[in-house]
Amino acid sequence: MVGPLFSMLQVSKRFGATRALEGVSFAVRGGEVRALIGENGAGKSTLLSLLAGVHAPDEGSMQVEGREFAPRHPAQARRAGVAMIHQELAIAPDLSLAENIALGDEPARGGWIDRGRMRARARAALARLTDAALDVDQLARGLPLATLQLVEIARALAADARVIVFDEPTSSLSKQDAARLHQVIRELAARGLAVVVVTHFLEELPRFADTFTVLRDGAVVLEGPLAGTSGEELVAAMAGRSIDAMFPRIEHAAGEVLLRIEGLSGVRAPQEVSLELRRGEIVGLAGLIGAGRSELLRCIFGLDPVRSGRVRLAEALLPAGSPRASIARGLGFLSEDRKHEGLALNQSIEDNLTLSNLRAYSRGGWLSLERRREAVRGVLAAVRCKAGDPGAAVATLSGGNQQKVAFARLLHQQADVYLLDEPTRGIDVNAKSEMYRAIGELAARGKSVLLASSHLPELLHVADRIAVFRRGRLCAVRPAAEWSEASLLREASLASAGAGA
Amino acid sequence: MSSASARARSLLGMLAPFIGLALILVLIAIYGQLFKPEVEFFTAHRIALIAKQTAIVGLGALGMTGVIAAGGIDLSVGSMLALTSVTLAQTLVWGWSPGTALLTTLLVGCAAGALNGLLITGLRIVPFIVTLGTMLAYRGLAEALADERKIAANAPDWLAGLLNPPAAGSLQLLPSGVWLVIALGALLALLLRRSVFGRHVFAIGSSEPTARLCGVPVERRKIEIYALCGLFMGLAGVLEFDSLNSQGSPTSGSGKELDIIAAVVIGGGSLNGGRGSVLGSLVGALMMNTLRSGCVFAEIGEPVQKMVTGAIIIAAIAIDRTR
Repeated sequence: MVGPLFSMLQVSKRFGATRALEGVSFAVRGGEVRALIGENGAGKSTLLSLLAGVHAPDEGSMQVEGREFAPRHPAQARRAGVAMIHQELAIAPDLSLAENIALGDEPARGGWIDRGRMRARARAALARLTDAALDVDQLARGLPLATLQLVEIARALAADARVIVFDEPTSSLSKQDAARLHQVIRELAARGLAVVVVTHFLEELPRFADTFTVLRDGAVVLEGPLAGTSGEELVAAMAGRSIDAMFPRIEHAAGEVLLRIEGLSGVRAPQEVSLELRRGEIVGLAGLIGAGRSELLRCIFGLDPVRSGRVRLAEALLPAGSPRASIARGLGFLSEDRKHEGLALNQSIEDNLTLSNLRAYSRGGWLSLERRREAVRGVLAAVRCKAGDPGAAVATLSGGNQQKVAFARLLHQQADVYLLDEPTRGIDVNAKSEMYRAIGELAARGKSVLLASSHLPELLHVADRIAVFRRGRLCAVRPAAEWSEASLLREASLASAGAGA
Repeated sequence: MSSASARARSLLGMLAPFIGLALILVLIAIYGQLFKPEVEFFTAHRIALIAKQTAIVGLGALGMTGVIAAGGIDLSVGSMLALTSVTLAQTLVWGWSPGTALLTTLLVGCAAGALNGLLITGLRIVPFIVTLGTMLAYRGLAEALADERKIAANAPDWLAGLLNPPAAGSLQLLPSGVWLVIALGALLALLLRRSVFGRHVFAIGSSEPTARLCGVPVERRKIEIYALCGLFMGLAGVLEFDSLNSQGSPTSGSGKELDIIAAVVIGGGSLNGGRGSVLGSLVGALMMNTLRSGCVFAEIGEPVQKMVTGAIIIAAIAIDRTR
């Protein structure tokens, strides 16, 4: 048997204080499809960035067809025969399919593009992927996502790629398109290419993958042939702990209604949403991307404009469109976009933590920095954030500790109602578990939590009730115990499967 | 990158303008030793002259530090300088009392700055474009007010003599206008560092969405920071009037906006917002004027001076990127 087409040997990578990858090794043979799985923050994105030549490993080496592979920028990786198909497709909408396929490697004669050769190459590459006769001269704009994905794969084939890496390729495809893509992936392998697929959808794996590698906290924790490995084994390897340890159960009981949302409508979403939230209650918000979960939280908090409807807090009307007023009345919002909205990354930890409640340290507009420093240390300890110097830029912290700072800000402003938008996105497993504990403790202290998440196990284990959104509307609210992952998914995607009613 | 080396780099970044200034002083000293041993460069007279020249750009740099820290830019400061100096001269010519004329000048500067802020927040147009527009408009206003001529006026010594050298042998050492700049610099540094307003300014410059999310009154703060910049330009207009021997000129300050922005950037301000240092900006202004004075001393002509200053600005940004 021949050696692997692609291999990675003892690769490590650090970003500042964060250990992203630690001694990772794996190999893919020609004709093999390897699934790369792991939770958010496990190191998949870093690994992909090494393959793509965006970053260079600190230690270790990579090989393609037995030759050293150390790309210093994306074009070099491509020339060495490694092609990436990203989740966000790299397609220029105003260029033709042929131009898109040739992009970056245009066949030219004396600086002028050889259009004939460009078209012929594009046709040949597309013919290897699909029977559908696509016009290579049409513009990419407006074509279905699945077609554009084929165009991007064709680009890889036209560039003579030996290794093709897919990043979450089916996450925005319909069931039929996903099935078709699985077939394309099998065919690529059948032609002798090595294929790596990063995916979240474990149930899809048997349809296209031969082998798997599980990453956790930057290291390989399990690998092997997919045949004979159960889904539970994979989930346990990814989480690195049992369900009970992952989701600590903190006893809490619901009290009187604190937040009353009455027919709230935003610009596109939410649409006429009514929902009640009690003291000591955690309500989960489920739905597909764009279903209106985030938008509901943003409208309540005043970050997005409200078209109609009202929000009452302890029976008092909440003024719309003013985060300042919301904060003053006891609302706290955690943004899903930590890097751009949640935190001002180049400002200090203490500035970020106290920005929403500087009043606590001010007299006549002047701050007592000493008192603030002391209080900040206390809050950081309370959320178990490992930060040496509160005066250091928040960007120097790891993702999990950054999120703790963003969360600690809500504690610091003494919020009663916590609006949490994807609070565990992009943080490691330990930080996630600590976040679940913190949310449970809030409820135990009589606070109210609205938790928007696209991670269903999180909703099922942390929330008391779960509300499902579809196209901006709230379509069902039931106790968490009455939901399952399957029923949540069905409820969330009913309309997008057709009907629209 | 370890946090120790990060700290070393940030320290280096903070010291960069001082190192640059020291380097220029050393170069001038070496040149003096080699080619002009009979002339002393560092005389009290020359130091006072450099300080005086720095005062006007320095005041502008103070206002601009706040604006740039808040993620903005103000191209109209040069024109504001003309507008405020003409306002002072014209109101004095109209026979207003010196106190009223001074107050009016400061108000006009403050209003011009506030208008910048109002246009930026109200129309949601980027500061670069708004202040490019008002740069022309304020210049036109200054010309109209002065009837396109220099205006000479009579002013009492306390108003017209702010840049006069102190009496020989007095402990004051520097003109009172220079002390004013230093005092205002200290006050502004304190304001940016230790006040709610200051922390809001840096938060807005660093990430406006974050500031909004934290309930910072973003629009109000922006208007305030531009108004503050205008107020500083009002004071700078008074010093400009003094330096022209009690005249207001509608051509004043043309090109000064670039000197002012350069001083802030050399001093560590980032045009991406969220960073700016009062002390750094003042040192930046001082550095450019020392360089000019040094070039005169070394009999290097204006053309070479301009090229060297340009190179320093680019070098400052290049150093900034590695921070």
